[in-house]
Amino acid sequence: MRDKIYGQLGDRVFTAGLVLLGLAVMLIAGLMAWELGAGGWEAFRSFGFWGFVRGSAWNAVAEQFGAWPFLLGTLITSAAALALAFLPALAAAIAVAEYAPRWLAEAVAYLIDLLAALPSVVYGLWGIFVLVPLVRDHLEQPLFLWSAEHAPALMGVLGPPTGIGMLSAVLVLALMIVPYASSLARDAIRLVPRAQREAMYALGATRWEVVRRVVLPYARGGIFAGVILALARAIGETMAVTMLIGNSGQLPYSVFGPAATMASVIANEFAEAEGGLQLSSLLAVGFLLMLLSLAVNLVADFILRRMSVGEGRK
Amino acid sequence: MEPLRMETQNLTVYYGKNAGVKNVSLPVHDRKITALIGPSGCGKTTFLRALNRMHDLNPIVRIEGRVLLDGEDVYAAGVDPVVIRRRVGMVFQRPTPFPTMSIFENVVAGLRLVGVKDRERLAEVAERSLKAAALWDEVKDRLNEPAVGLSGGQQQRISIARALAVEPEVLLMDEPTSALDPISTQAIEDLLTDLKDQVTIVIVTHNMQQAARVSDRTAFFLNGDMIEYGPTERLFTNPADERTEAYITGRFG
Repeated sequence: MRDKIYGQLGDRVFTAGLVLLGLAVMLIAGLMAWELGAGGWEAFRSFGFWGFVRGSAWNAVAEQFGAWPFLLGTLITSAAALALAFLPALAAAIAVAEYAPRWLAEAVAYLIDLLAALPSVVYGLWGIFVLVPLVRDHLEQPLFLWSAEHAPALMGVLGPPTGIGMLSAVLVLALMIVPYASSLARDAIRLVPRAQREAMYALGATRWEVVRRVVLPYARGGIFAGVILALARAIGETMAVTMLIGNSGQLPYSVFGPAATMASVIANEFAEAEGGLQLSSLLAVGFLLMLLSLAVNLVADFILRRMSVGEGRK
Repeated sequence: MEPLRMETQNLTVYYGKNAGVKNVSLPVHDRKITALIGPSGCGKTTFLRALNRMHDLNPIVRIEGRVLLDGEDVYAAGVDPVVIRRRVGMVFQRPTPFPTMSIFENVVAGLRLVGVKDRERLAEVAERSLKAAALWDEVKDRLNEPAVGLSGGQQQRISIARALAVEPEVLLMDEPTSALDPISTQAIEDLLTDLKDQVTIVIVTHNMQQAARVSDRTAFFLNGDMIEYGPTERLFTNPADERTEAYITGRFG
């Protein structure tokens, strides 16, 4: 039977084409991992895999390399950016999908999506010319001066009030990932069946109660997927972060101080890397970045399966 | 003269420019079952949804005329539709369990809305409502399981239990058995007869036998007009209008 239905020449060609394309994607991903792993092999061999991961020195002159400052930098900046971006993104999604009149909703949704289309170098420039002076003059300097007078012990934790550093990078990163979290949440909210909403309205619910008790629980899978997409975006973001974070190979020690992320250190040092071991260490950082992204996606996928709301028993 | 729980006076419902229900005046007797019958698209569901202001959710719908609940117009200025919907509950054509909630939470969802937190009271209401919906024996051992794991007929009885839990004065049912198998349909029809003592029911049905079996009064709708209204037995045995006769004898619709 099966052959009769699926045995037509066109079907066979189509199936074969799909299988080939699918295999090609896997092959390319595998090759990338292989290349990064092989390139970073020397670094892993010199310092040991865990030695490299946990090593906190990054010194090209002494040929000492460890990824720990960048791993921490990536984790801290992306988690902080996500924490800042999540609620505004969700609020915007609810407003657009549930509350705003159609013309306003479409305009706002369009503008939010446009944020995702801006090149990240533009965010970086905006950060340098607008955000950094703002943060420096209105937040860091007053705080720094205050602590110099009242709590000198804090000064070391605050870091130099230059505006360039983790805080500025986190703020720009948060802005950049809002559209990812928001547009997936918006679509998920719009897809909640009308029957579900009406059933809650019919019990005497107000609009907000319908959103809180029916719409958000039903859409939670899509909302979570948006969060993960935004997080992945933050983890991988390179240009804007490199322009703002200060690029220090030291362990990040303060909110205002300079730091670096895995992506930013690669962008910053790759072109001028001297000697095999520095290059190999940068490739090894790239390999770790790939592992981190993979881990985030696997965990997300696992959670998403448990969260998603289906149409009920089938 | 039996007392009226609800009444429409010259009710017209416009979808944009088209009237889906035209100038309908219908009494709804207290603790009786009123059935609305008629072919698809005749306006019976549109009429039903006007009774608890569900049309408010759709901005293109406009209502004219009056809908009285205990003598007060539910569309009068200053009346909160949320309050009306608490007093006039609704069960939809397809079962609508909330998929993220357990059986128990589904049934008490309406009580949660009004802020009931007392666990004993919630448990008591859940049991009473599930018993009233003839579902208690089937689910009493798995109240904390997801409601979407139940069969379609059970899900629909969950929807009924949920509507009953807030003790509405009137229960509107929009073809509640049309998505169900005959055995589940039978269970829900039996249930309607039992519920009659507690609550006033208005039921839209596609199924004339069902209207004849369960209802006390029947209204026949056609193209947005209410053609005929009367005691169910009289309407089915001796219709006054030839269109009613044509419909109930199966000549159209």
